[in-house]
Amino acid sequence: MQTVTAGSWLDPLVHAGRRAFSFLERTGRAGLFLLRVLQSIPSVLLRPGLIMQQLFSVGVLTIVIVLVAGAFVGLVLGLQGYNVLVRFNAEASLGTFVGLTLVRELGPVVTALLFAGRAGSALTAELGLMKATEQFSGLEMMAVDPYKRVLAPRMLAGFISMPLLAGIFSAVGVLGGYFIGVGLLGVDAGAYWAQMQNSVDFYEDLMTGFWKSLAFGFAATWVALFEGYDAEPTAEGVGRATTRSVVSASLLVLGLNFVLTALLLETNP
Amino acid sequence: MSASPASDILIRVRGLTFRRGERVIFENIDLDFRRGRITAIMGPSGTGKTTLLKLISAQLIPEAGTIEVDGQNIHTLSQTDLFELRKRMGMLFQSGALLTDLTVFENVAYPLREHTQLSERMIRYLVLAKLQAVGLRGAAQLLPAELSGGMARRVALARAIALDPMMIMYDEPFSGQDPISMGVLIKLIHAMNDNLGLTSIIVSHDVKETSSIADHIYVISDGRIMDQGSPAELDRTASEWAQQFLKGLPDGPVRFHYPARDYAEDLFEN
Amino acid sequence: MEAWVGLFVAAGCVALFMLAMKVSNLSTISAGDGYEIIARFGNIGGLAVRSPVRASGVLVGRVSDISYDTRSFEAMVTMSIEKQFNQFPTDTTASIFTAGLLGEQYVSLTPGAEEEVMKQGDTIMFSDSAMVLERIIGKIVTDKLSE
Repeated sequence: MQTVTAGSWLDPLVHAGRRAFSFLERTGRAGLFLLRVLQSIPSVLLRPGLIMQQLFSVGVLTIVIVLVAGAFVGLVLGLQGYNVLVRFNAEASLGTFVGLTLVRELGPVVTALLFAGRAGSALTAELGLMKATEQFSGLEMMAVDPYKRVLAPRMLAGFISMPLLAGIFSAVGVLGGYFIGVGLLGVDAGAYWAQMQNSVDFYEDLMTGFWKSLAFGFAATWVALFEGYDAEPTAEGVGRATTRSVVSASLLVLGLNFVLTALLLETNP
Repeated sequence: MSASPASDILIRVRGLTFRRGERVIFENIDLDFRRGRITAIMGPSGTGKTTLLKLISAQLIPEAGTIEVDGQNIHTLSQTDLFELRKRMGMLFQSGALLTDLTVFENVAYPLREHTQLSERMIRYLVLAKLQAVGLRGAAQLLPAELSGGMARRVALARAIALDPMMIMYDEPFSGQDPISMGVLIKLIHAMNDNLGLTSIIVSHDVKETSSIADHIYVISDGRIMDQGSPAELDRTASEWAQQFLKGLPDGPVRFHYPARDYAEDLFEN
Repeated sequence: MEAWVGLFVAAGCVALFMLAMKVSNLSTISAGDGYEIIARFGNIGGLAVRSPVRASGVLVGRVSDISYDTRSFEAMVTMSIEKQFNQFPTDTTASIFTAGLLGEQYVSLTPGAEEEVMKQGDTIMFSDSAMVLERIIGKIVTDKLSE
């Protein structure tokens, strides 16, 4: 490869090229990393204790923020939906509005963003710290594969937790919308549920949301694990990796959401 | 050298070359580590002493040269064979590398639980014996965060000997320790070596402490072996560089001043 | 810790179950043990697969297939009716209505007076096409103009 000397007018181009190369290189490493983690998953199934522990720190510790966020989002959907629908005398359709919005989009997406912020950042920080304190080298020297004992259980826990968390978020949101719409604004309770059931299709809407939440859980956990394992082993490096983990995971989730929505709409016209 | 070198020398390093980017860390060096002895690698900071331990344990792969551990070329082993061999190699990291979410007891029990099918009673018995050996049986229920640096290293040592390895590698065991924990560590390393028949490799830049227990010392700088011998031999070395390093002289072949322009010229510029 | 994880997984499953049964239409999807009848329409408007089929406003089934018959140039709508509603006479009328002014479209079945009831694969003889909003507006406009 030809190197261009500094100070040339090509500098910005060279800089951009370098960034592109390092981005590609990192993406490649992240891919190989994912491959190794996935290969290690079968051996983890023999150690349910390890998965249990990670389900606690990834799932249980995220549940409170998901409950609170789900409730607030549901309340707001109830208010906004009512205000728009009442103009068309269609406030009976509030259930449709709340149910479809939550199940198809907000449930999976907002949960994934919260997941990246709470569980993802914690995973990155934990792994970064483990790296900074040579715990991965220590494990390797004890003839223990960190991919099998440390990374794979966390991956699996993220994968299991996300759909459950998204389900909890949507369910709480639907109840929040019910509370505002039926409890405070006087929408008929029967209409709320009936309209919802009428328009939320199990396969097209609920399962779409479910697949999305699985994919998001996978993506967010992958980013969190890679950023942590790849962190520079210093206090500063761990801090930077944590920030990057949340930012990249959130962007990845939003981008993936667009792609998945387009694909899933394509298959169910 | 003895008649049967294969059995006498546990680790044989030949023609080792390792680079990190443009920087040469090791250039074609040969090292021998004899069974049952304490061999020390000394040199200034940043000479890649820790890198050497990572090469010996196959966490890094050299550019050229071979490293044989107990007759096996460690860099050509399969992962299974490597892990088998590593169970017999202990390593003490500078930070201790204890698992932060496990207690001291569980940390020492970890390799036993991973690699043996021992009963809970047997594990308890072994762990307490190892902790007793490093004098921290009373700290069994503490978490690593509650330990001082010296205590963490002692726990790590107990963990390193949990599987009764044939050798232990110590990465800077004395750095950043107060005189008392330094004394404790020196005594422990010496006792481990004598009582358990271990082969020890110490990487350090603490001249006085290391000399007091090492049987053989390699002094390494700039990727080359500057000098070697027993502590007594090194004391009388002819190498000016080694003299400066071992005696800790501020000026010598290694200049006090970082290479720079002429002082006066620098001062009166414009 | 195990208890918390158990609680978490249970809560997640309950939430998913609630979404499936209470929020989505899973509880109303017939497990395929109904029967199918066919209706022909000149225009189905915005009717789609899975649109509801109602009789007197009660949900009795869903549209399972829509195709275009190239011989009669009509839309063929196959409806899956739940098996407990098996008493529709053969002279039942199928109409396409809209729920509210802008709501979803559905098929409404109005029973006739025949003794004989419809079975799997039968075709409804009387049908009313969808009211297409543009056409209604157009008609009103032309009526007004011709006055």
